[in-house]
Amino acid sequence: MMPRATIVALLGTVGILAAAALAPWLKFVLTVALAKGLAVMGILLLLRAGQVSFGHALYLSIGAYTVAFLRPAVPDLLVLLPLAAAVALGVGLVIGLFVARYRDIFFGMLNLAFSMVFHSLLEKLYAITKGTDGIRVFRPTVAGFALERLPYEWAVLGLALLLALGLGWLAARFLVSPLGQALVAIKTRETRLEFAGVSARRVLLVAYAASAALGGLAGALLACTTLHVTPHLAYWTQSGELVFIAILGGGGSILGPYLGSVVYELVRVYAAAALPDAWQMVLGAVLLGIILFASRGLWGLYEDLVMRGWRRA
Amino acid sequence: MALLLLLAVLDGLAYAAQVFMVAVGLTLIFGVLRVLNVAHGSFFAIGGYVAASLGAAIAAAGFSSALALPALLLASAIVGALLGPLIERLILARIYDKEQVLQLLVTFALFMILEDVQKLIWGVQPIFQDAPVRSLGQVAVGDIVYTVYQLYLLPGVALAVLVGLMWFLRRTLTGRVIVAVTEDREAATALGIDADRVYLFTFTFGVALAALGGALASPTTSLVPGIGVNMIVLSFAVVATAGLGQIEGAALTALLIGLGRSVAVYFAPEFEVVIPYLIMVAVLLVRPHGLFGRPQLRRV
Amino acid sequence: MSEPLLSARGLAIAFGGVRAADGVDLDVAEGEILAIIGPNGAGKTTFINMTTGYLRPQAGRILFGGEDITGLAPRAIVRRGIARSFQIPQLFAEQTVIENVALKVAARRGFWRAFTPLLDHTTASEAMRLLEQVGLAQLATARATELNEGARKLTDVAMAMALEPRLLLMDEPTSGVASAEKFAVMDTLVGALRARRTTAVFVEHDMEVVERYADRVAVWSQGKILVAGPPREVLADPAVLREVIGVETAHAGA
Repeated sequence: MMPRATIVALLGTVGILAAAALAPWLKFVLTVALAKGLAVMGILLLLRAGQVSFGHALYLSIGAYTVAFLRPAVPDLLVLLPLAAAVALGVGLVIGLFVARYRDIFFGMLNLAFSMVFHSLLEKLYAITKGTDGIRVFRPTVAGFALERLPYEWAVLGLALLLALGLGWLAARFLVSPLGQALVAIKTRETRLEFAGVSARRVLLVAYAASAALGGLAGALLACTTLHVTPHLAYWTQSGELVFIAILGGGGSILGPYLGSVVYELVRVYAAAALPDAWQMVLGAVLLGIILFASRGLWGLYEDLVMRGWRRA
Repeated sequence: MALLLLLAVLDGLAYAAQVFMVAVGLTLIFGVLRVLNVAHGSFFAIGGYVAASLGAAIAAAGFSSALALPALLLASAIVGALLGPLIERLILARIYDKEQVLQLLVTFALFMILEDVQKLIWGVQPIFQDAPVRSLGQVAVGDIVYTVYQLYLLPGVALAVLVGLMWFLRRTLTGRVIVAVTEDREAATALGIDADRVYLFTFTFGVALAALGGALASPTTSLVPGIGVNMIVLSFAVVATAGLGQIEGAALTALLIGLGRSVAVYFAPEFEVVIPYLIMVAVLLVRPHGLFGRPQLRRV
Repeated sequence: MSEPLLSARGLAIAFGGVRAADGVDLDVAEGEILAIIGPNGAGKTTFINMTTGYLRPQAGRILFGGEDITGLAPRAIVRRGIARSFQIPQLFAEQTVIENVALKVAARRGFWRAFTPLLDHTTASEAMRLLEQVGLAQLATARATELNEGARKLTDVAMAMALEPRLLLMDEPTSGVASAEKFAVMDTLVGALRARRTTAVFVEHDMEVVERYADRVAVWSQGKILVAGPPREVLADPAVLREVIGVETAHAGA
């Protein structure tokens, strides 16, 4: 029998495809949600180790700008995405060597600092980045085919879905592997890990680099969806959004990030338009509520409601 | 060249004074509550906005502009007294025994809320209220004409805060109680110290200091959304570079980072934001616990 | 006699004014089981902490298999074959008993696997074998937080054994274990150690346990090794009786 999470993931896939077919404007929203879900999965890896990064917008923007810069030279989506992930991975490894030495407050704030530096460079180095105007991205080809708008949107959505499923599967395996379990051990008491001869710093570095690559991939998908990149992608509000979705979705399952980001993006389409100057406030209040009263997030609620129902049946 | 350098030094001093007042509150609150308050930069911003509003109200009512200066102090007291107890009792008190990651998330949530509170109350258009600066006039420093406000008042207030704080912590009973709680919370509570009150007091005090930093900064800069977040990362950089919980260290580091930044403003403006963090990263690479911090033995 | 497996020379460390170690010389021979006894707070745990790299001695040297390991990081020392268990075990709270042990098995066998389960066939069966050796097989899938103190200690020892150390340092393996189970626990432990030919040092307060299971006893007093030798001789030594056991029987009688 298939594990329940696999069934839910497949049902979710069908649901997303159906929704995108029935309401074409949802395609955009759902692609964005899946892309962010990938980045949130990276945040989830770090949360497993009890660490929270307030700066992962750095990797979103690195992925997005990699696409924007390379698009003239490298026209194909299927090449751009792995390239963006690789660049983010490289940067993540370098910064990770530094931040993986730190925990808790320092870990969170150092990441914020790095992302704010990058944000300001994106804004100020106008000659390279065109500042706040941002860079327009021309629609890439997909596997060599120059697609019209509609099929292109379907292709990106399909690709995002495949990546979410494939990388989600890998991440789920990672979490039960020795490395994934060691990550959880960092949260309880990492000196004990050292007494097993395992470097906690290196374990965290692996997770950090993975989260950077996921962030870069997510940013590249966003760039290929919105076809326009701006420094705003590196702003702290974007990092906050990723953390918010991670907590909203809940850390109990690898599906949490996707559940969280789909719900988040759907609500945001309406709410952010209605409350442009109070959106962060709403997010903050909900975040407080979840942490103080429902710390397992949406996936936890779902488990409580549905899974328990199944068991009873 | 020499002129620019002098300007940079004067700017740096004035800027360091503001940063110090935010950073010292951040480090003091951390020392006592063991919570790094991500929302601390918002108190800086709100202090600035409240001061600007007060200043505008004073001008509109036709009072003397000499009142502009005390109004800055009043603004920070208002922000501290209103927001400090409210946030500490209502929210922070619930999370003292939680994991650090949850504490961070809670203050981050507060930060998100407070950023929009500013936008809702004061809008997103820049606000500039320089009556306090004008009321003090200008003075010549060599070939440069500089405002008395930035040359004397800002660094003076920061110095007074530093000296006053050291005196308070070492010489008064309340101050010593705070130090005792910082050094050993359990032992202090066992001695009958009411930790709740110490937390409430320290947090409120820290909020007022950040608001004072903002109020003092408000006549020298335009208030726009985002100054809070810039200030929190900057003051964190100061606190981390100095070593968490180090007060005099924070003053020296604020000076170092303030000067570094203002030199960059004149000589490499693109890298203005980068310099403070370069300093921080360089220091932390060599001394992971900061310039003045001491390493703690990790629990087995 | 051949070269000792572990050899400490002139170890010294002080905390504040307290000299926990003040010129400690101690040898541990390959294959033996050595007990360290001494008054509370004498510095016995400090010896374990120094040997495993958690504390750096202020003076002196520690040789392991002839190599100077003084001041190496805990990780480096573990890799050379020294493992420890703790007086108060801190298991990985979010994991089950078998996962706790399996983490250590994996730490030895090849930890850097990212996409195969921790509890794959070989790791799981080896972890299970260790749990059987310490009599915890039925609790394998219990959460670490659900165990009583005795079971936590045994899990902790099983975790240390999973590293297949040449030298195992145990900090009070029977403290917190119900006195009725004490000998059963030690029978299992020492049986497992002998079967694996693992050299072991354990800090202990219970003289019955020391007499029954140790090959040799070292008495730690006032930062020095007062005397070391076979349990029967050492425990009959009047100086030892006065220094260590006298105090303890007085406590027991009170």
